Amino acid sequence: MRFVFKTSYAQDIQLFRDRMDAFWYVLLAAAVALLPVVMSEYYVGETTWVFIYAICGVSLMVLVGYTGLISLGHAAFLGIGAYAHAFFIKHGVPWVAAVALAVVITTACGIIVGLPALRMSGIYLAIATLAFATIIQEVFSRWESVTHGFAGMPVEKPVIFGVSFAHDTAFYYLCLFFLVVSLWLTRNLLRAPTGRAWVAIRDSEIAAQSMGVNIAIYKSMAFAYSAALMGLAGALFAHKIAYLAPDIFTILLSIQLLLLVIVGGLGSLHGAVFGAIFVALLPPVIAILRDSIPATLSSVAGATGLSLFGAIGEGVGAFLRKPGVEAGIFGLILVLVILLEPLGMYGRWMKIRVYFSTFPMYKRATFKRQKTYMRSERLR
Amino acid sequence: MSFFKVDQLSINFGGIKAVDGVSFDVDKGSVFTIIGPNGAGKTTIFNLVSRIYEPSGGRLVFEGNDITHVPPHRVAKLGIARTFQNIELFEHASLLQNLLLARHAHKQSSFFSELLFLPSVRRMEVEHREAVEKVIDFLDLQQYRESLIVNLPYGVRKVTELARALCTNPKLLLLDEPSSGLNVEETEDMAFWIQDIKNLLGITVLMVEHDMKLVSAVSDRVLALNYGRPLAQGSPQEVQSHPEVVRAYLGG
Ligand SMILES: Nc1ncnc2c1ncn2[C@@H]1O[C@H](COP(=O)(O)OP(=O)(O)OP(=O)(O)O)[C@@H](O)[C@H]1O
Ligand SMILES: [Mg+2]
Repeated sequence: MRFVFKTSYAQDIQLFRDRMDAFWYVLLAAAVALLPVVMSEYYVGETTWVFIYAICGVSLMVLVGYTGLISLGHAAFLGIGAYAHAFFIKHGVPWVAAVALAVVITTACGIIVGLPALRMSGIYLAIATLAFATIIQEVFSRWESVTHGFAGMPVEKPVIFGVSFAHDTAFYYLCLFFLVVSLWLTRNLLRAPTGRAWVAIRDSEIAAQSMGVNIAIYKSMAFAYSAALMGLAGALFAHKIAYLAPDIFTILLSIQLLLLVIVGGLGSLHGAVFGAIFVALLPPVIAILRDSIPATLSSVAGATGLSLFGAIGEGVGAFLRKPGVEAGIFGLILVLVILLEPLGMYGRWMKIRVYFSTFPMYKRATFKRQKTYMRSERLR
Repeated sequence: MSFFKVDQLSINFGGIKAVDGVSFDVDKGSVFTIIGPNGAGKTTIFNLVSRIYEPSGGRLVFEGNDITHVPPHRVAKLGIARTFQNIELFEHASLLQNLLLARHAHKQSSFFSELLFLPSVRRMEVEHREAVEKVIDFLDLQQYRESLIVNLPYGVRKVTELARALCTNPKLLLLDEPSSGLNVEETEDMAFWIQDIKNLLGITVLMVEHDMKLVSAVSDRVLALNYGRPLAQGSPQEVQSHPEVVRAYLGG
């Protein structure tokens, strides 16, 4: 077991809990930095998706996980960021300025979309943001002078201050850099009064208000900040996907982003990253299984002489090749997460951590909710 | 000039006159209690004072300033804090986070300084923490500091709400049924704390309470209410023995 002795108040607002904690993060950073050396280019590309999705995850986590506002329109912010960025670099705006402009534009959209959120919540807000996303998608397909509509819009490779990031490995580091910056900035906000105000609004608007929180301002801020991160993610997304078309930024993508934060674990930044790993790596994992399961099982069949294995392998392979399987598996995992681990992958991770740090004295009951009695029950 | 003055306060919900021409004065450093049967309009008065409801008539004057129309989030800054009848804590945050949020009215940092967590933000955070720790010591909450509210028993939550209100550094503290749902022992603690809040911290208390033992123990003045209308006002003994009040409670 490990105890953290606290000797000053400043210790509680550190970025890392203690030296050990910082050590693990440094180790993780080193591992992530070294990955491209040992991985093939294909996996470097797939991991880059994790970073981009993680920025989206952080964005949505601020809004959904911390402020308790739902959005079914985040793909639209991603699209606005992507198109704006692509448009500006096409017109010769330097890369950094183009990203900054894309972020400013999405932020402005975020504030506008946030306005109805001042009066709505829950399902009504979901529908309002959904409507926004539908309108924006229509704009993408109709505003051909900027977006080229369904003809699509090619995106040039990033060149920053004369340095080209065209190579997959270079782009990997670029995305990693922006993810780390996003995480750092968001963590800063969350340990400061702004983050507390967001959490307060999530848990009790009426109490937050009575403690001096201006609900309208802080909800708008949450929308604006979330949209800003989405704009940044959109710029990177545009380069990664290389060719923008209106049907990329659909409601399905919005839902996928929402699932990302739920599967990852609402209310934690770790959850945003875990969720991104899940969402970005599920398709390639399915692709690998699709090919490797029939192959392994048929070799098992060859070795043992049992043709049953071969047949099962063929069946699984054929099933995994069917269209829509990916979405199905995704949905199934989501249902299981909500049923079995409402705190998401982060919740599971915490339990595993506690298991090892208290070994061999782990009690399952540690994570059981204590039953508390409400007033009416007590008086009975 | 009185410290806090409620003048001919009224509000209607549809046809119901939930509060109907209520006036009272709260003296600085006193404990003023509102009693009355269920649905008398006590909580509604609190919601009017904390500006959650818009009054249909009357005035609220705090330290000589008319606060009848200030926005609700300004109320804390003026020095008025409250607790809620049905505990309104931030359930999925730790007790410490709950109390730190109460320092919001004293926040000075800008969004961008927080984004970068500049040294000024760090300094303010430590200052807030020191203020919060004083309240934690005052109400003996040390052992629950890191617990999530959802995992705390009812009695502790009730004290946490009191602590949160104190963390705003109020001049006027509104307590909505501080003893409801507490056992005898917890209620006694609450009585001591209310006395300490008045005597040691010098905070004026406006309270709604059903437990007459607690009311008599701590109140300087009592107002009895029924159907939104004031019945009687005076010392705890006077009001308790007032014939109209007795009739209202016995349902006559
Ligand atoms: N938002 C509202 N809309 C409509 N009616 C309301 C509203 N708030 C309060 N009322 C009504 O106003 C009356 C007074 O309610 P209030 O909550 O102030 O009672 P109370 O004195 O606090 O009672 P209790 O002792 O049960 O807490 C009740 O009839 C209640 O139904
Ligand atoms: Mg009430």
